[in-house]
Order: sequence, then structure tokens, then C-alpha cells
Amino acid sequence: MKETEILIVGGGPAGLSAAIEAVKAGAKVLLIDDGLKLGGQLIKQTHKFFGSKEEYAGTRGFKIAEILLSELEKSGDRFEAITNTTVTGYYADDGVFGALTGEEKYFKVKPKKTIVATGAYERTIPVPNCDLPGVYGAGAVQTLMNVYGVKPGERALMVGAGNIGLIVSYQLAQAGVKVQAVVEAMPKIGGYWVHASKIRRIGIPIYTSHTIKEIHGKEYVEGATIVQVNERWEPVEGTEKHIEADLICLAVGLSPLIELLWQAGCEMRYIPELGGYVPVRDREMRTSHPDFYVAGDAAAIEEASTAMIEGKIAGLCAAKSLGYDIPDFEEKFNAFWEQLDSLRKGPVTEKIRQGLPKAIVGEAYRHA
Amino acid sequence: MLERTGVPTREQIRGVTPPQEILNSKPVVIVECFQRIPCDPCHTACPTGAILEFEDINDLPKVDWSKCTGCALCVAKCPGLAVFVVDMTYSDKEAIVKIPYEFRPLPNKDEIVECLNREGVVVCEGKVIHVFEPFKDGTKVVSVVVPKEFAMEVRHVRVVRKDE
Repeated sequence: MKETEILIVGGGPAGLSAAIEAVKAGAKVLLIDDGLKLGGQLIKQTHKFFGSKEEYAGTRGFKIAEILLSELEKSGDRFEAITNTTVTGYYADDGVFGALTGEEKYFKVKPKKTIVATGAYERTIPVPNCDLPGVYGAGAVQTLMNVYGVKPGERALMVGAGNIGLIVSYQLAQAGVKVQAVVEAMPKIGGYWVHASKIRRIGIPIYTSHTIKEIHGKEYVEGATIVQVNERWEPVEGTEKHIEADLICLAVGLSPLIELLWQAGCEMRYIPELGGYVPVRDREMRTSHPDFYVAGDAAAIEEASTAMIEGKIAGLCAAKSLGYDIPDFEEKFNAFWEQLDSLRKGPVTEKIRQGLPKAIVGEAYRHA
Repeated sequence: MLERTGVPTREQIRGVTPPQEILNSKPVVIVECFQRIPCDPCHTACPTGAILEFEDINDLPKVDWSKCTGCALCVAKCPGLAVFVVDMTYSDKEAIVKIPYEFRPLPNKDEIVECLNREGVVVCEGKVIHVFEPFKDGTKVVSVVVPKEFAMEVRHVRVVRKDE
């Protein structure tokens, strides 16, 4: 059995940032990630990030992963990462995690504190023939193109005009795939308008108030029918359009990946504005379980920029709870919250501002 | 409209276009950023202070036209690829448009390319006179010469090579 002071589950922007802060404070960290490479979704993000300098604005996602990893290289023996390994479960009675490397090597981990930075899973929508080869989640398309250099199709239909749908449409075009259309059931584009303008000017049409009705093909995807929807989400008869495509890419939203927190018995709340069930936590990112912290998309579906800052808060506070003396704790803690507040201030984060007060308890959880 | 189509309206474009006397006097920046999102690299990239400091990171960029030299560093830096430079002083009938570009193949100097408007429609041909990559981060800035009447329309170029 492996023992560690802090176990971080997930090596994306939140988990890596948590590791950096915890190690800086003096703690010993074990990070476990199911990917072959650390970095989570960052390693497939070829676009430049928004935000401010502190969160590497203007830098491409995969470069940010490189920056965070090079920071961790300075940690010496205080930091260990295990990749290609899934944390499969938590046993509350003895505080032990099970983990599986590849498909054969099973081992146990016993940490003092745990930071759950597991991110999110992609939602999907049921459409006739959505089990045909050629129907992908946007994350898989990005992995194929941007991690493995595989062109996923020749002609694509994107479902969803949130930031992921818009960004992946652009990346498909960069890879030489013809994006036939982006459909979005909402009456408005959900992603940043600059991303929408970016794909419009290269010739990709965006159909708002449209949904995918049916996918066509025998052995694999050959096309799809899209249809306009009215304000009650009903298909408008006679507005069907046929789109030829061998790739249907679904970018219809994310939900927090929170199974470990359920297993630990953390208090959970269903908060639609944050993406579904999320753990209740205090401003230190500590859940109702005194040894469990959360950060990033597992806490609320947001941006990588906010995930990194939440990770820093969780890492800093988990280290403090172990008794490490952090002379500038207050200063850092307050600065991180200031950054979070400023990133969450604008109109695009209105839903987050509505949801967070339902998830964050005002005072620190009073743990016995 | 922009929120439904991804294409900014005429009024929105007018709102970010400098006064005519400035537009006709030197190369200047056109920041086509119409949504308050948390982002400020255009300001931090600007070497002359023409893109003013943000009070709130969600603010829309504000430009001091008198300080802008049209250097296009912000064009290369904007994560939203929403910044362009227009130079109406190039010749009597032609203007330069500086456009952020992240596709292959790269246009060569003196190559004739298709020029697309904000809706992705080809509106004219243009001649590429300069390609540079100020931050060596994959975003090139392509300077293309177009008829003056299209300078406020052209926002993308497409390389068309028959033999490829």
C-alpha cells in the first residue's frame, strides 16, 4: 500500500496547480491520472486561452500544461505522479483508495488528505443512429487530432455552439476537415462570440435554434438531418435540411465527475448552473468530509483559468490542514480569491455566480 | 444578431472604427471584440499604450487612436483572433489589412489569395505583401493588399493553389 500526505486525483489544470501549491508549502504529494500524459484536457487545447497573465492568457492550452509540469519538476521527491492509472474507488471505513494501472496492476493508496480534481464527463444526446461509427464526443475528436495527429473525418457536422463546439470546429478546419455546419438548439450562441466570428469568417455556417433530428448511414455515418426548433423546443416541420458528413461531433455540455466524492459521503447538491451534482464546500475548497477537497470542473463546470486557481486554493489549504507553516497563507489565499472573483465578474459567468452561493458554505466547515 | 449568427452588425463595426480622419492618416487597429469576457492580452501586448489598461478584466478594450502605430502585435496576441489593422494610406486605391492567420499552407509573399468577409464569403482577391509571426507561437499576421472599398470587409484570406 502506498502512503502519502496528499493524494490528488486528476492531473489537469486544477490537479497540477493543486500539486504545485501543496509542494511549495512543504507537503508530499502523490498525483494519479488516468491519461498517458499529465495535463488533462490542456494537452489537446491548441487554442490560446483567455483570462489574465496569472492564468497564462494568450498562451495555448498545451503550452500551459508544459509550464505547469516544468514547475513541478522542481519539487524533488515531494512530488510523485502515476499516469495511465484510474482511481477506481474509495473505502470510507479505512480511508483507502483502490487504483488500477492499465488493466492489470491494482494497488491501494492511503493519503492523509485528498484533492479530487477529476474534471468532467461529456454529455451526449440520443438521436436515431447515434451508435454508428463516426459519431464522436468533441473531446475524442480533439484527442484524435491534437494528441495523436489523426484526422477524424472529411466532412463534419458539429452539434453544439458552446465554446467547445466552436473551438473544435475551428480545429477541425485547421486539420483540413470541412465543417459543414454547427447546429445549436438554443436561440443564441453559447460560446464566446469571438470564437463564433472566427469560424464564420472561414466559411462555417452556424444554425442557432436548430437540432440534429436523425443520423444517416448503414455501416458508418453518411449524413444527418437537422431541423429548426421553436421556442418550446419542438421541431418545426418543413425546415429539415440534409447535411452530408462522415463525422458527427457532439459538444452538448459537460457534467462534473464526482463519484469519489459520493463514495466518501460528501454532502452533494444538484445545482444546474454548475453542471449537475457538485460537492458542497467552503472557501478553502474543503468538502463536508474533513479530508476531501475539490477543485476544477468536478466542483463546477467552468474554465481552465478558474480551475487552476481553485486548484491552488485546494493545494494550499490541504497543506495547511496538515500543519505546514505557511507564513504568507492569508495573503495568497486572499489573492487567489480576488483572481477568481475578477474572472467570474462578467456577463458570461452569470450562471456560475448564481450557482456558486448554493455550493459554497459561508463559513469554513466546522470539522471536529 | 451577433449572438445568433457569429457575424457582428454594421453598427457594431462602426462603433469600433476610428474617425475617418484617423483611418485615412495611418495604419490603425480595429478591435472587433463585442462581448464582455475575462480577457486582457491585447492590452498587455500593446507596446505604445494605445490599448488602454482594463479596470475590470471583463471590460471591452478601449483604444487611444493617437497612440496606435498599427504594429499588429495585438493582432497576433488576441486569443479570440478578433483584432485587425487597416492601413488606408497604402495607395490611392488600395489598403492593407493585417489579419491573424493559423492555417496551412501559409501564403507566400506576393501571392494572390482569396479574401473573405465576416460571413466567410469571398469578396475580392488580394496580394499578400508580408507574413510574420511576432510571438513565435503559431499565430501569423498576414498583410494583404485589397481595394480600399473592401478594407473594412475583408477579415480572412484563403490560399488557393491549383496544382496542390
